[in-house]
Amino acid sequence: MIGLIDSTMLTLFIGIGGILVLATVIAAILGFAKRGQENSTLKNLNQRIAAWWAMALGLAITLLIGETAVIILFLGLSFLALREFLTIAPTHRSDHKTLVWLVYIIPVINYWFLWEHWYGAFAVLIPVYAFLFLPIRNALAGDTDNFLQRAAMIQWALMVCVYAISYIPAIMQLPVMMHNGREAAEGSALGGGGAEGALLMLFLVVVVQLSDVFQYVWGKTLGKHPVAPSVSPNKTWEGLIGGVLTATAIGAGLWWITPFVWWQAALLAFVSCLMGFFGGLVMSSIKRDRGVKDFGATIAGHGGIMDRLDSLSFSAPVFFHLVRFFFTT
Amino acid sequence: MKVMHLIKRGLSGLITTASGARISAEGTDGQAPDFPSQAIYFANHSSHLDFVTLWAIMPAELQPKVRPIAAADYWGSGIKQSVATGIFNAHLVHRYKDRPHTTIDARPTRQTDSGSSPKTSQLTGMTDILDAGDSLIIFPEGTRGPGDQVATFQAGLYRLAKHSPDVPVVPVTLKNLGRILPKGEAIPVPRLSQVIVHNPLFVGDDESQEDFLARARRVLADELATETEGETA
Repeated sequence: MIGLIDSTMLTLFIGIGGILVLATVIAAILGFAKRGQENSTLKNLNQRIAAWWAMALGLAITLLIGETAVIILFLGLSFLALREFLTIAPTHRSDHKTLVWLVYIIPVINYWFLWEHWYGAFAVLIPVYAFLFLPIRNALAGDTDNFLQRAAMIQWALMVCVYAISYIPAIMQLPVMMHNGREAAEGSALGGGGAEGALLMLFLVVVVQLSDVFQYVWGKTLGKHPVAPSVSPNKTWEGLIGGVLTATAIGAGLWWITPFVWWQAALLAFVSCLMGFFGGLVMSSIKRDRGVKDFGATIAGHGGIMDRLDSLSFSAPVFFHLVRFFFTT
Repeated sequence: MKVMHLIKRGLSGLITTASGARISAEGTDGQAPDFPSQAIYFANHSSHLDFVTLWAIMPAELQPKVRPIAAADYWGSGIKQSVATGIFNAHLVHRYKDRPHTTIDARPTRQTDSGSSPKTSQLTGMTDILDAGDSLIIFPEGTRGPGDQVATFQAGLYRLAKHSPDVPVVPVTLKNLGRILPKGEAIPVPRLSQVIVHNPLFVGDDESQEDFLARARRVLADELATETEGETA
């Protein structure tokens, strides 16, 4: 075992690498067949494949180094997600000093508690302390115009971009709670979750990302009835059902990388994929409200970080707490 | 010199990455703009990041020949002066507000400087730069504004355009930089920004000062009005 990577994970990564190579080759063949044409579907496909390569490589390299590296990776992703969120969020000039806390201080403390394996502090820092402190700081700035909207917007940015995303690396600690109990896990040694914890995190990431892919594929091929037409015409019942069921089946098939039996893995995958779908729906509503297509619309040719992490940010906290509730004592 | 060049390239990359700047030519979706060998660049002004970002997006071969104009009352002393003139090649000028304070200045209007004529001595330095074949970056509003509006232009832009009628006057719209680092704040908040380089303007033979300044200002004001990403108040 090197870092957090054992032979099971190596097998998983070889599988992921194989799928990505296949996807890249297919996209290249499609690009060659349609050369010279402007094709938004193909452009989107290439963006997604590039994002998965980055995700897979980022996770593989950081897992090789250890838990600290993974946590720093997600701190960086939270920062980039906040930047995209604040670009489209109509905050006021008077919110600036509150935003400095939001961006530079609270996320660092949040990920520090995570790094300390200090679950009790990690779980309440943002929903209790930060959510009360930020409106206080904003009220002290004295601008009452649209105060409630601004306070809500700032808390929501923190909730989605920092708190929810930080639950992805938090999953790595779950095996410590499963084997030694919740109390013993508080302040336990870094990397204590070992390869088992890292595999649990990868289980969620792989299943939810594949759910996105299969929702897209089923939606493109069979999709006719939109779930919420005014939010996104591309999210159809056919895509939702086909995608979630396919990914749930894959999740059940991946039981061997988790501490669960096959039906437990299937149920957790099912709930995670459903949450992932709703995450995409909520983020689409925000984008539609703000009149942008992608969170990274200001960077040519790229979707944003939040466009790729929306589903994970909604599924990770629920996955974490379901496992913690049912499988740890 | 080679080391300094590398430092400047690295700094340029750092600045455009940090400001999340997407640079595009007018009317295109991310297509790189053309930078003429000599130009008078002017832009809307809402942040200290404005001149730094404009400097950073210049192509390597043109960068040493581009002179941002900065206010001596802010940038003209201590370490700020070393940074402005040593790294960014800035030309410092004394601002109109250096004159004795009058009651007019106290009026609650954003246009205290409107229609003011810069002192001739301010312009001499700039016309010398143009005569030497170098480019200028100027902010004709004269001071930093709230970011979503463009204040009335001062006359200097017109005088410079008249002085060198063959040098293209290039409008540049800067979006969101004022939200990253607004006036009066010391710590920037990360946001993605946009730099739009417009088609060059030339002053007409019989075009009046007012007409030219209004025409130049409208390019920036119209572009800012198309903004969809967030708003400031």
